[in-house]
Amino acid sequence: MDGAERPAAREYVGVRQVAGPLVVVGGACRAGFNELAEVTGPDGTRRLGVVLETSDDAAVIQVFEGTMGLTIPGTRVRFRGRPLEAAVSREMLGRVFDGLGRPRDGGPEPLGGRPLDVNGLPINPTEREYPNRFIQTGLSAVDGMNTLIRGQKLPLFSGSGLPHNRIAAQIARQARIPGGRDEFAIVFAAMGIKFDAARFFMDGFEESGALRNAALFLNLADDPPVERLTAPRAALTLAEHLAFDLGVHVLVILTDMSNYCESLREIATVRGDIPSRKGYPGYLYSDLASIYERAGMVRGSGGSITQMPILTMPGDDITHPIPDLTGFITEGQIVLERELHRRGIYPPVGGLPSLSRLMKDGIGPGRTRDDHPRVASQLFEAYARVRDLRALASVIGEEELTPLDTAYLAFGRAFEERFLGQGEREDRSIEETLDRGWEVLALLPRDELHRMTEEDIERHGRAEAAR
Amino acid sequence: MEAAARDRIAGRVSRVVGPLVRASGVKDARMLELVEVGRRRLIGEIVRLDGEEASIQVYEDTTGLRPGEPVYGSGAPLSVDLGPGLLGSIYDGIQRPLRAIGERSGRSIGRGVRLPAVDRERQWEVTPLVRAGDRVEGGQVIASVRETESIEHRVMVPPGVAGTVASVAPPGLYRVDERIAALDAGGAGAELTLRHRWPVRTRRPVASRLPVSSVLVTGQRVLDMLFPVPRGGAVALPGGFGTGKTMVQHALARWCDADIIVFIGCGERGNEMTDVLTRFPALVDPRSGRPLMERTVMIANTSNMPVAAREASIYTGITIAEYYRDMGYHVAVMADSTSRWAEALRELSGRMEELPADEGFPSYLPTRLAEFYERAGAAATLSGAEGSVTVIGSVSPPGGDFSEPVTQHTKRFVRALWALDRRLAEARHYPAVGWLESYSEYVEELAGWWEGEGIPEWRELRDETMGLLQQESRLQQVVKLVGPDVLPDSQRIILETCAILRNAFLQQDFFDEQDMYCPVRSAAKMLDLIILFHRLGSRAIRKGATLVAVKGLPACRALMRMRRTVRRDEPEALDRMAADLERSIAELEARSGRR
Repeated sequence: MDGAERPAAREYVGVRQVAGPLVVVGGACRAGFNELAEVTGPDGTRRLGVVLETSDDAAVIQVFEGTMGLTIPGTRVRFRGRPLEAAVSREMLGRVFDGLGRPRDGGPEPLGGRPLDVNGLPINPTEREYPNRFIQTGLSAVDGMNTLIRGQKLPLFSGSGLPHNRIAAQIARQARIPGGRDEFAIVFAAMGIKFDAARFFMDGFEESGALRNAALFLNLADDPPVERLTAPRAALTLAEHLAFDLGVHVLVILTDMSNYCESLREIATVRGDIPSRKGYPGYLYSDLASIYERAGMVRGSGGSITQMPILTMPGDDITHPIPDLTGFITEGQIVLERELHRRGIYPPVGGLPSLSRLMKDGIGPGRTRDDHPRVASQLFEAYARVRDLRALASVIGEEELTPLDTAYLAFGRAFEERFLGQGEREDRSIEETLDRGWEVLALLPRDELHRMTEEDIERHGRAEAAR
Repeated sequence: MEAAARDRIAGRVSRVVGPLVRASGVKDARMLELVEVGRRRLIGEIVRLDGEEASIQVYEDTTGLRPGEPVYGSGAPLSVDLGPGLLGSIYDGIQRPLRAIGERSGRSIGRGVRLPAVDRERQWEVTPLVRAGDRVEGGQVIASVRETESIEHRVMVPPGVAGTVASVAPPGLYRVDERIAALDAGGAGAELTLRHRWPVRTRRPVASRLPVSSVLVTGQRVLDMLFPVPRGGAVALPGGFGTGKTMVQHALARWCDADIIVFIGCGERGNEMTDVLTRFPALVDPRSGRPLMERTVMIANTSNMPVAAREASIYTGITIAEYYRDMGYHVAVMADSTSRWAEALRELSGRMEELPADEGFPSYLPTRLAEFYERAGAAATLSGAEGSVTVIGSVSPPGGDFSEPVTQHTKRFVRALWALDRRLAEARHYPAVGWLESYSEYVEELAGWWEGEGIPEWRELRDETMGLLQQESRLQQVVKLVGPDVLPDSQRIILETCAILRNAFLQQDFFDEQDMYCPVRSAAKMLDLIILFHRLGSRAIRKGATLVAVKGLPACRALMRMRRTVRRDEPEALDRMAADLERSIAELEARSGRR
């Protein structure tokens, strides 16, 4: 809804129905779809909402701050003639906001904000730039095998009790483009997480000095659930402004997308939407896409949005609709495994189900190192074999295995401990990561390295053997 | 939309729920009529009529639309523009030109933007092929335009139009809307231009359907040799996320030997479309030596674009494909992914409060799928040429579970399945086409084609390979329980052969200059070589050699790396490897025999 054509605000007194977070206004109020509404209770408290459905004789409004205390005759609704907007500016860096983008750190409204529709607009594929710049996170499991690319959306699939927050914080702390000196910012949106978790991130950002380049949008577990739906949108609206208008490279961390989806399901159920899988509405895919697709690079803008959404898989089930639909939209996934975590391996990144789709164009000669694609592929292949052998060994016992199989198991252990495993403060260069790859591959006979070229083996295998 | 009908008010908006709008006071609208909704004139289509109420699915974001706004009728169904200028273009789901929109409105796609799908100003070099007095029918070629270096655009009389040519324009430069010929059609004259419109939900007519007979060569060994699909075939490509559907589709779009590629990105990632857009212009068609983009039309409805346009994108794409088929071309349509299209149907059906069937999908899902896949086929065109439309539809089953409705119904209407396997993908075995679950019902019909290519042994090679892979899977089950050591060498040679098959043949590296494309002749020789290894290896073992000794021969070890080491234009190198293999196994037998 652009300026000139905006209809004036209109106010109505009395509502027809209040159900959960929804308010139904009767009469010919001619509300616009997705229009912003102010709902004022009998006690004078003002809340915001948006129109989910509108018709000749009613409008359904989803109220962000909850509907407690509203009455049928005493509630007033004012339609604002515009969609939900967030006023965004560079001044928001270093500040903390709520799910609607209002300051929650006691500070004043940031100056010079540009009001933008929080829903954004789809980016024209012809205007995108294909992401192919390697981001070094300093984590071997990511850099070596699931490389993060600037402009990518790469989620962390986790489970309750797994160290996803520590990993995300470490990535936020260490991520850099080797040799790059561009402006970098972090936009963090928390949806329904506990205060402790939010505190952990804030402390982490503060300690590393990143906080002055970070904007936080917090919707904590005890904040209104409906605001969970706007927190990531408000955050991405700021990120888009920073990246595409100001040329900043932005890392967006969204946690926890599972809580977001729960809120979406809650509202869909109250509205009476026809449920599809596990009670989630049929539009869950489109809705998630409207968040995740707001990552990438735009030609001529100079900046980028790299997204790292975090979600906890209910019951560690990767086929649950939330991780499943996410995986179909995002460009890969980093999957954390409970078994590795139990064995004390940090970061417990599952070697096989993890994947970075954009990796192929961001690694290799001129980007990371010539042998990188083949080292990664060989590690994947060998580790897949380890998985099968472990299953076999648990049946027949390790003693019964052939010497080759035993070598594979030794490789598997070394891979997990020396390649995957590292310290929370350990920041490895990509060279170090790849050298470690060769180090663990050296435990296998040379003939097993099918995916390497002869030159690779000459150059790196030798160097490794000499050590 | 043509200007004449634009201001007929067909009704007024009475309800808005996301992409679904209801209008009241609708008296003379038609089912599936294209309409413009509200003061922003958002494009929509009437999907249900009920008394004076109409349900409209709107192809653009409806934010801000309010009850009482007008709905304008167009009098025509949702149609696409057909004419020179399609090739190399990228469109959204309702054929709006994204490049032109980008030039005009920058990074995002604004609402209510209208730009012609084919450039109205560009001039084309036209060579008329008819003379005044000629009798012409719908589908007949009347002029020729060089649309790109590699593709001649054959301008046709729109189907359903016929008459005697009254006048023809001289050869020269013309814009798409300039008259090329005029017809006397029984009183009512008709003017023919380079461009005509066709409703997307109506299949374009052909003279007759033809049986399929030639293979759509993809350059991907596992597909060409084990599960070939003909020009005019329909195949589904199901796979959970991360199994590489899009990568396979991209490889096909690059390498398959169709004349024209229509790539429909339906509800998928924006970056993937950009990948194609940036990569294809730089890639060269191996046959014509021209940039691949010159034979490609792209339809992009990324996952965050309006859901109704996603539903339409499939039809827009296949209609363009049929148009080129009618010129006598072989067209391949890649639809990635049909599940997103089915979900768009489900979402719209839910908003219309229709009674859901399986997993919330509407009960007409199978009908719609059948209609879509039936638009594939080989045909004799109205102008007497032969053309075909091959459909390759990816399916994204939730949780990778192939028993879900979209996969199940799709399997009923396609005759080949390239099933992607998560375990293969996790081991980075790409393309992750699972050989036990995939199938092609076309094998019988295509045997003749292989003979024509001078590879009559194909059928035998294929059967033998499938047999070995089958046996391997049984042996692997034993191995899983008790380890490989208990198997005799005569059985372990099968495992060894299949290891070579997996590593050197079934896998293919999309990014390796050498390996990315494999001609069928080389693929057949590679397969022949692997089968030879099995035969000779088994013989040597019978004669007393050990498996370890067989495996250790340099000639055998060389097989493992052949897909990277043998240049694709030098299949003779494979003959030399075969000779090496025979010689060294004979020597090994001689040595083992002496002991």
